[in-house]
Amino acid sequence: MRSLIDIAELSLSEIDSLLNTANDIIENPAKYAEKCKGKKLATLFFEPSTRTRLSFEAAMYELGGNVLGFSEAQSSSSAKGESVADTAKTVSCYADIIAMRHPKEGAPLVASMNATVPVINAGDGGHNHPTQTLADLLTIKREKGGFDNLTVGFCGDLKFGRTVHSLITALRRYNNVKFIFISPNELRVPEYIRESLKQDNFEVFETTDLEAVMADLDVLYMTRVQRERFFNEEEYLRLKDSYILTPEKLETAKQSLSVMHPLPRVNEISVAIDSDPRACYFKQVLNGKYMRMALILMLLEVK
Amino acid sequence: MTVDTIKNGIVIDHITAGLGMKIYSLLRLDELDCSVAFIKNAPSRKMGKKDIIKIDADIDLKADILGYIDPDVTVNIIKDGNIIEKKQIALPQKLENVIVCKNPRCITTTEQELPQVFKLTDKEKRVYRCIYCESKAK
Repeated sequence: MRSLIDIAELSLSEIDSLLNTANDIIENPAKYAEKCKGKKLATLFFEPSTRTRLSFEAAMYELGGNVLGFSEAQSSSSAKGESVADTAKTVSCYADIIAMRHPKEGAPLVASMNATVPVINAGDGGHNHPTQTLADLLTIKREKGGFDNLTVGFCGDLKFGRTVHSLITALRRYNNVKFIFISPNELRVPEYIRESLKQDNFEVFETTDLEAVMADLDVLYMTRVQRERFFNEEEYLRLKDSYILTPEKLETAKQSLSVMHPLPRVNEISVAIDSDPRACYFKQVLNGKYMRMALILMLLEVK
Repeated sequence: MTVDTIKNGIVIDHITAGLGMKIYSLLRLDELDCSVAFIKNAPSRKMGKKDIIKIDADIDLKADILGYIDPDVTVNIIKDGNIIEKKQIALPQKLENVIVCKNPRCITTTEQELPQVFKLTDKEKRVYRCIYCESKAK
């Protein structure tokens, strides 16, 4: 039995196989319509989410399975003080697989240590979000054809942006990927990530100026400054509008650029960009569902 | 200064000067009933000065704590007044309930019955990270 807590747990060949399965699901959805018949997915969301939870649920329904769960901590026994470990043991009695989102970092790992069914980390605080990364990887693969030799710019909240951390972990395993980190000083990518990239001889270029690096980018991964990660409202208000992507700012960008965003967005990408062919963020949403379908099949060992 | 030799017990030698007290308290040697000698700034040919701890009983020494604080120490096991074993302590791969995660967003801050587990992620720089949130041990 296997869980997915961190994207690094998947080998390159496993990621390849998930990408191939997702592409096959896109081509032949009918083939997969009953693959999980009789199986149940529990979505345990201790933190609000629209996309990830609905994406998991849609994924399981499209595989012919069923879904149960809760969408906020207040409607679960954790409001009575139940531990993550006990919740995981309990839900293992009802479901064949668990998708868990939790505001505390490491909670899905604790769940996986105690559950008797596979656990998927659907986001833990500012730490990791591996299934968003799978969605991002499928999007990059479909838009760019592969991952080698790409220059990828990450912009916005790189400190608490768990999708950023997971995507860096995934992309660093491909050849000659260049990372450009664009953020205010207060929201720089965590020291442990910078440190480990440097240790592995990656060139880490950090800047506060998005326009200065725009022309170099093959992929621009925008992120939202997340109010819920700040202990101090004043600091959030000061930083929230650090980067707003507008059509004017895209003028120097390559025609082949892919603009990505894990969503939800607030105002960091102007709506005017939605109709630009370089905008990929709604494709990411759809790709996320296909990759979650592929992942559920893999973890449930459904052939 | 002379301290009596011990008959059966343990001598923790070559402790980096200044770290002896930390080892003494983390190993909870103050809770032992037997004689314990703590020698600070003892002269050492190799190190200039060193700390030494002598424990007059054969206790179960927590090597992970020792290795985390000072991996260069030597542990001498004494039986009938003779050194029967000299142990070099290595940097432990894992620390369990030795240090506490300081990240306010870590699951260990709300679920306090969870064991505090840290893994060695950079041997050269002696970096340990929490297994739950990956924060660096401070």
